[in-house]
Amino acid sequence: MIEKRRLVNKVMTTLTALCAFGVVAILLIILGYISFQGITSLSWQFLIETPKPVGEGGGIGNAIVGSLTLLGLAACVGIPLGIAIGTYLAELGDGWFGTIVRFVADSMIGIPSIVFGVFVYALVVLQQGYFSTLAGSVALALIMIPIVTRTTEEIVKLVPKAMREGALALGAPQWRVTWDIVLPAAKTGIATGAMLAVARVLGETAPLLFTAFGSRFYNIYLDEPMASMPVQIYNYAISPFEEWHKKAWAATLVLITLILVINIIVRYTTRKKY
Amino acid sequence: MPKSLHTDNLNGNGSEMGSNRKLFSSDNIYRFSLTACAALILLIVAAMLIVMTQSSWLSIKEFGFGFLVGQVWDPIKGEFGALPFIYGTIVSSVIAVLIATPLSLGVAVFLVEQAPKSIARPMGFLVELLAAIPSVVYGLWAIFVLAPFLREYIFPPLQTTLGWLPFFKGTPTGIGMFTGGIILAIMITPIITAVVRDVLEAVPVTQREAALALGATKWETTRIVLANASSGIAGAVILGLGRAIGETMAVTMIIGNRPQISASLFDPAYTIASVIANEFTEATGDLYLSALIEMCLILFIVTFIVTALAKLLILSVSRKTQNIA
Amino acid sequence: MFGKNLITILIIGTLISASGCFSGRRGKGDAIKIQGAGSSFVNPLMQKWVSEYGKLNSNVRIDYQSIGSGGGVKQVKERTIQFGATDVAMSDADLKSAPSEIIHIPVILGAVVLTYNLAEVSQTLRFSPATIADIFLGKITRWDDERIKADNPDVALPSAPLTVVHRSDGSGTSAVFTNYLSKVSPEWKEKVGEGTSPSFPVGLGGKGNEGVTGQIKQTPNTIGYVELAYAVKNKMPVGEIKNKAGKYILPNFATVTNAAAESINETPDDLRVSLTDAAGADAYPISSYVYVLIYKDQPDEILGKTLVDFLSWGINDGQRFAESLYYAPLPQEMVKRTSTKIALVSHNGKSLRTQ
Repeated sequence: MIEKRRLVNKVMTTLTALCAFGVVAILLIILGYISFQGITSLSWQFLIETPKPVGEGGGIGNAIVGSLTLLGLAACVGIPLGIAIGTYLAELGDGWFGTIVRFVADSMIGIPSIVFGVFVYALVVLQQGYFSTLAGSVALALIMIPIVTRTTEEIVKLVPKAMREGALALGAPQWRVTWDIVLPAAKTGIATGAMLAVARVLGETAPLLFTAFGSRFYNIYLDEPMASMPVQIYNYAISPFEEWHKKAWAATLVLITLILVINIIVRYTTRKKY
Repeated sequence: MPKSLHTDNLNGNGSEMGSNRKLFSSDNIYRFSLTACAALILLIVAAMLIVMTQSSWLSIKEFGFGFLVGQVWDPIKGEFGALPFIYGTIVSSVIAVLIATPLSLGVAVFLVEQAPKSIARPMGFLVELLAAIPSVVYGLWAIFVLAPFLREYIFPPLQTTLGWLPFFKGTPTGIGMFTGGIILAIMITPIITAVVRDVLEAVPVTQREAALALGATKWETTRIVLANASSGIAGAVILGLGRAIGETMAVTMIIGNRPQISASLFDPAYTIASVIANEFTEATGDLYLSALIEMCLILFIVTFIVTALAKLLILSVSRKTQNIA
Repeated sequence: MFGKNLITILIIGTLISASGCFSGRRGKGDAIKIQGAGSSFVNPLMQKWVSEYGKLNSNVRIDYQSIGSGGGVKQVKERTIQFGATDVAMSDADLKSAPSEIIHIPVILGAVVLTYNLAEVSQTLRFSPATIADIFLGKITRWDDERIKADNPDVALPSAPLTVVHRSDGSGTSAVFTNYLSKVSPEWKEKVGEGTSPSFPVGLGGKGNEGVTGQIKQTPNTIGYVELAYAVKNKMPVGEIKNKAGKYILPNFATVTNAAAESINETPDDLRVSLTDAAGADAYPISSYVYVLIYKDQPDEILGKTLVDFLSWGINDGQRFAESLYYAPLPQEMVKRTSTKIALVSHNGKSLRTQ
C-alpha cells in the first residue's frame, strides 16, 4: 500500500517537473529565436534615436519613453481602481451586486483590446477632435482594471480571517483593517496581478492605434499623439524590409527586458520581509 | 477607495468605538467608497454595451436572430453571419484551456511545493517572462517556427494514429485551429501559473504540516493544498480563459482566417476577435460596420456565457469544502 | 508600508498628469505639426518623404501612421488627421458623406503580384487571366492542372495539391486584385465581386501582406497575391501575367508606370481611376495608384500651405525615392495633371500653391 503511494508520489513529482522544465524550454526557444533575429540590431543608438526611413538606421527611443508614459498614466488609474474593486469583491462582495460585478469583471478580460480602443476613440478622440496620449492611457487603464481586480480578489480572499478578526477585536475600523493588515498581507499577490496587467498592456497595439496614434518624434504633451513600443514593433514587422524586421525583433527584446526590470522592481518593493 | 487618516476627524471624538452607528462613520464611508468603485466598472461596461448596441442596431434590425446562426460572411454582398466565428472562438479557447490548465498547474505545483527555493525563484521569473512577450511576436514566431514544426513532426504522426477521428482528418498545413489553440495555450500558461502560484503560497503552512504529520506523501499533501486553493485556481483558469477568448493578434496570424465550421482541427478557422481586428479599420459602409460591432456585442455575450459555464463546472468539481483557519 | 508605496506612485502619477497641463497643441513654438495616416502599403515611402521633407524644412513635423487605407479615409472624414493615404479611391457615396469636398492626389504607383512556393520549379511561371481566376475560385486544385500546363508548356509541374493564400484583413491590395479579377472573369465578378474584404471561395487567410508572404514562404505548394516589395524582398518568385495585349509581363517599375501612362486618357478629372487590365503592350495588368486625400478647402492657412508644398515636392522630387523602395514613379503626364489638381487646394478661396 505504501509502495503504491510512494510510486504515485514519484510519478507526480516527475510529471510536474516535466511541466515546469517544458514550459521554461518553450520560453527559451522563443526568447532564443527573438534574440537570434534581433540581437544584431541592438545598439545604444537604437535605444536613443527616433525611427528613420529604411536604410537610415533609427531606433525606438521615443517609443520607449512613450510606452512608459502611457503605462504610468494608465497604471495610476487602473491599478488603484482594480485593487479597490478586488477588495470590494473579497470583503463585501457576497451579495447579488458582488456577483454581478465579479461576472462583469471576468468578462471584461475576454474583450479584445481593440474594442476598448474603439470605445475610447468614440468617447474621447472624436469628442476632442484629435489623437492624444490621454486617450491612449484611458484605453490601457480599462484593459488593466479587470486583470488587477480578479487577482486582487483571489488573493485578498485567502488572507486568514484570524488576522482580520484580531484587528477588529482591537477596535480598528474596517478601512484600517484593510489598509494596514489585509492589503499588506496580500501585497505579493496584488503585485502579481499588477505585473500581469503591466505586461499585457505594454504589448498591446490595437487599442493604441486609434487613441494615442503614434509618432516619430519625442513627445511629452498629453494632448498629442505618442509613440509606443508595440505600435512601433508592429509597424516594423509588417513591412517588407529585412532591416525593419530585425529592428522589430530587437525592439521586442527591449520590451521584454523593460517588463522584466519593472517586474523585478515591483517584486523587490513588495517582498515579504519575514 | 480607502480614505486617508482624515476620516478620523469626522467622528468628532477620537474614539473608533461604536462608530458604526453614525451615518458618516468611517466604516460606512469605507464601504460606500469601495462599492462606488465597483459600481464604476459596471457603469463603464454598461456604457460600452449601450454604445455597442446602438451602433449595431442597423445590423440587428437587418439580420435579427439569423445573425447568430448565419454561416456566410460576405462584406461585398452584404451578407453577415456569426456562427463560424463563435465556433472558432469557443473551440480554440477550449483547446487552449485544456492544454494550459494541467500544464500550468504542474508548473505551479512544482515551483511551490517541490522545487528548492534556489530553482523556484528564477524559474518562476522565467515563466512570467512568457507573459511579457507581445502577441505580435507570438504570431510571428508561430508562423516561422511553430507551424512548420507542427506540420513536419507532430501533425503527421497524429494523423496516422488518430486519423480515424473526425478531428484529425484533412491536410495539415500547420495553419489552422489546432495551432491556434496551441499558441493560445502557450500565451495563457504564464497567467494561470502566476496566479496559481500565489494562491498555493497563500495556503497556510499548517495545512501542509497537518497532512505530513498524518503520514501523507508529498503528492498527497499537495492534493490537499490544491483542494484548499480550488477557488483561487478556478479564478486563475477563468483569467486564462478570458485572455484566450479575447486574444487577437497571435491567433489571427496563425489560424487561417477562414470562416467555416469544420470538425477537423487541422483546418483553418476564424475567431470573433480576429475578424474584428482584421476588418474594423477597413470597413466602409454602415451595414458592414454595424455587423462588426454586433460581433463585439456577441463576443461580450459569448465571454459571459463561457465564463459562467466554466465557473459552474469548476465549482461543482471542487465542492469539497475549504476551511482556512 | 503598503500605503507609502502607493502614495509614492500616486504622487509621481500626479506629477506626470500635471505636465499635461502644458499643451503641445496650442502654438508651442513655431513648429508646424501635421498628421497623416492610412495605407500601410505606402508607409515606407511616406516615412522617407516626411523625413526628407523635414530635412529641407526643419520647422515642419509631419507624422504618418499606417492604420490601413480604410482607416485613413475614416480619419480624414472625421478631421482627426490632415491628410490620408489610400490604395483604393473613395466611392461616390463616401465622398458625399464627407463634411466637405475631398481631393484625390495620386502620389505613387504600386503593383500587386502573384507569388508562390513551388520548390521543384525554378523557372518563372506564367499565368493567364482565366487561370488566375480559376485558381482563386477553387476550380484548380493541383499544380499540374491542364490550365496551368497550357500557360507553361515548357515547365515540368509537380503533381502536388495547390493551396491558395489570400488576405484575411480588409485591404487595398485585395481591392485592387479583386478589381482585376472582376474585369477579366465574369464568373468572379458574379460570385465574389470586388472590394477590400472579399469572401474568397477557398484558401487560407493571412493577416497583412507580411502574413500572406510568411504563410507562402513557410508552406509548400501555395500561391497568393502580395504587393511587389514583399515578394522581392523575401526573394520569392513572381509570376508573369498575360496582359490585355496578349503579352506575358513581369512586374517592374517600367511595366507598372507604363500601365499608368497608357491609362491617362481614361483618367477622369478627379483622378480616380482603376489601372488594372490596362491596355498597352508593356503594361503590367495589376497596377494601382496610391492616393493622398486632402480637403479642397483648408481651414488653416499655414497648415494648408505646408501640405500643398509637401505634396508638390512629393510628386516631383519625392519620386526619386520610389524605386529603391519598390514603388513605381508616376508617369510624367500624371505629374502634370496632379500638379493642376493640387493648385485647386485653397484657403478662403485663395489657392495655396506658391509656385
